[in-house]
Amino acid sequence: MSSVQANLNAPQRIAPARISIPWGRWGLRATAFLYLGFMVALPLATIIKNGVADGLPIFWEDVTNATAFAALKLTLTTSVIITMVNMVMGTLTAYVLVRFRFPGKGLLNALIDMPFAIPTLVTGVMLVALYGPQRTVGAWLTAHGIQVIFATPGIVLALLVITYPFVIRAVQPVLMEIEKGQEEAAYTIGASKFTTFRRVVLPTITPALITGSLLCFARALGEFGSVVVVAGNIPGVTLTAPVYVFGQIESQNQRGASAMSILLLALSFTLILTVEWMQGRNRKSHVSK
Amino acid sequence: MFQSEGLIHGRDADIGQRKDSPPRSRALGPGEQATRNNSPRLTRAKLVEWALIAVVVLYAAGLLLAPLLAIFWGAFAEGFSAVARELSTPDAVSSLKLTLIMAVGATAINTVFGLCIAWVLVRDKFWGRRILNGLVDMPFAVSPVIAGFMLILLFGRTGWLTSITDALGLKVVFALPGILLATIFISLPFVIREVAPVLEQVSADQEDAALTIGANRLQTFWHVTLPAIRWGLLYGVSLTFARAVGEIGAVLVVSGGVSRLTETSTLFIFRSLDDRNYVGANSMAVVLAAISFVILMVIEFLKKRTEETRMT
Repeated sequence: MSSVQANLNAPQRIAPARISIPWGRWGLRATAFLYLGFMVALPLATIIKNGVADGLPIFWEDVTNATAFAALKLTLTTSVIITMVNMVMGTLTAYVLVRFRFPGKGLLNALIDMPFAIPTLVTGVMLVALYGPQRTVGAWLTAHGIQVIFATPGIVLALLVITYPFVIRAVQPVLMEIEKGQEEAAYTIGASKFTTFRRVVLPTITPALITGSLLCFARALGEFGSVVVVAGNIPGVTLTAPVYVFGQIESQNQRGASAMSILLLALSFTLILTVEWMQGRNRKSHVSK
Repeated sequence: MFQSEGLIHGRDADIGQRKDSPPRSRALGPGEQATRNNSPRLTRAKLVEWALIAVVVLYAAGLLLAPLLAIFWGAFAEGFSAVARELSTPDAVSSLKLTLIMAVGATAINTVFGLCIAWVLVRDKFWGRRILNGLVDMPFAVSPVIAGFMLILLFGRTGWLTSITDALGLKVVFALPGILLATIFISLPFVIREVAPVLEQVSADQEDAALTIGANRLQTFWHVTLPAIRWGLLYGVSLTFARAVGEIGAVLVVSGGVSRLTETSTLFIFRSLDDRNYVGANSMAVVLAAISFVILMVIEFLKKRTEETRMT
């Protein structure tokens, strides 16, 4: 009955729109295309053209010279490390926030959004203020032979701060949807808390967990503001790929900068497109339910 | 009047949820609950629960709260007067002014165009929609440094569009238009990505109803669509503003960093660090952190409101 009604309604719904605004609709379409075309598509086209203008062998040389390769390797290793840490700590944080009640929970929930609001450069300054060699915690760590700032641990730490919310904010809504009853049913038939998590909760949150992790990885690949402050940027040692691009621009080597940019862009585009594809699939499975 | 009404409503919904959850676990039966409370397994579960909470709280506090406190310590290390002195230098004042102007400008432009694009993406089904949708996310995938570099390639000495801007007598790179363009680029997706899902929830029937009773497109948008999406829109706007205020990578590449002319607050911090003026860097960082803190509170408030609109 209701579906018949919906069918009857459908043509009526389209009717006024078709009569009143063909030019308005085309105007909006054109605005959207022109704005995104000028602001996004055109700059992307320039950079791709510039990077491969001298042919692929030279492009390949530009991204595989010792400094560039080391920078790429450092960016990839640190991004993999922080993504793995975030998968564990992000899921745990989301789980604790959704399932348990404790004093200060609201504060914690708000604190997690801090990296979204605070400038990345400020995050870098904060970490230098805390872990810098002459500072409080930093002095103590240096005395014990651990260098954080101007070393790889500093880069990892900066990326961890910047990317902390991604997995949490992806997993949290899914966890909220899981009926607590399902988990309790598992307990009552004798499953331990851990088994319940592994067999009931984890399979449900896996797609969201992967989405969050990919976003977190993509963010880490391109991070500049916090890293440039804490890394020390020693070529071949603590120089990350985005900072390498910055150095090439400063030294007027546009081709080298373009080549590394294209590589980074290709990586993060693939990641973002994967995320979109996964989200599209999830939405479809929700609808079919 | 309306505001307070909304607040009360929001609080009610909150209480409703809280009341809802304990009875659900009690639904197992009061007797069972009592026995479970006394069983050793439950106390162990309670212990694990508190251990997990402790791990998360310590991790979050160490990662986020400790560095936040450290910049206050770093800024006020030489006393309050040092902070005031650093922040009242002409360089600091003009950089803060420039940052705010650029952030407001970029947010305004992205709000207007973002609304257009969100509407096209949600309401208008046509062949080019997928391309648009893909383009919208690109700024999130592009490293800010690369974003700035693109502008240099477009408007720099040998850029594609340099002849046009030269003919117009407009200097883009190493000037204010470049900073504005860079800021617009990196904060472009937020309004669209926050408005689109809310717009999807608002049924097109309401808009069509307004149209059939004789309202024009603009009136329909103003009186029907805008009120329905307002919380999501404001949420997107505050995210855009936060991102615009804090941008460094893209701006660093295109600005040229001439103090008092093209130096934003983040560039001021960057230069202060280079000059080993840590009090100056930390003081400005505290100011930017304070701005983001205000935005964060707005975001928290708006998030609750958008969730409510999505639920109803």
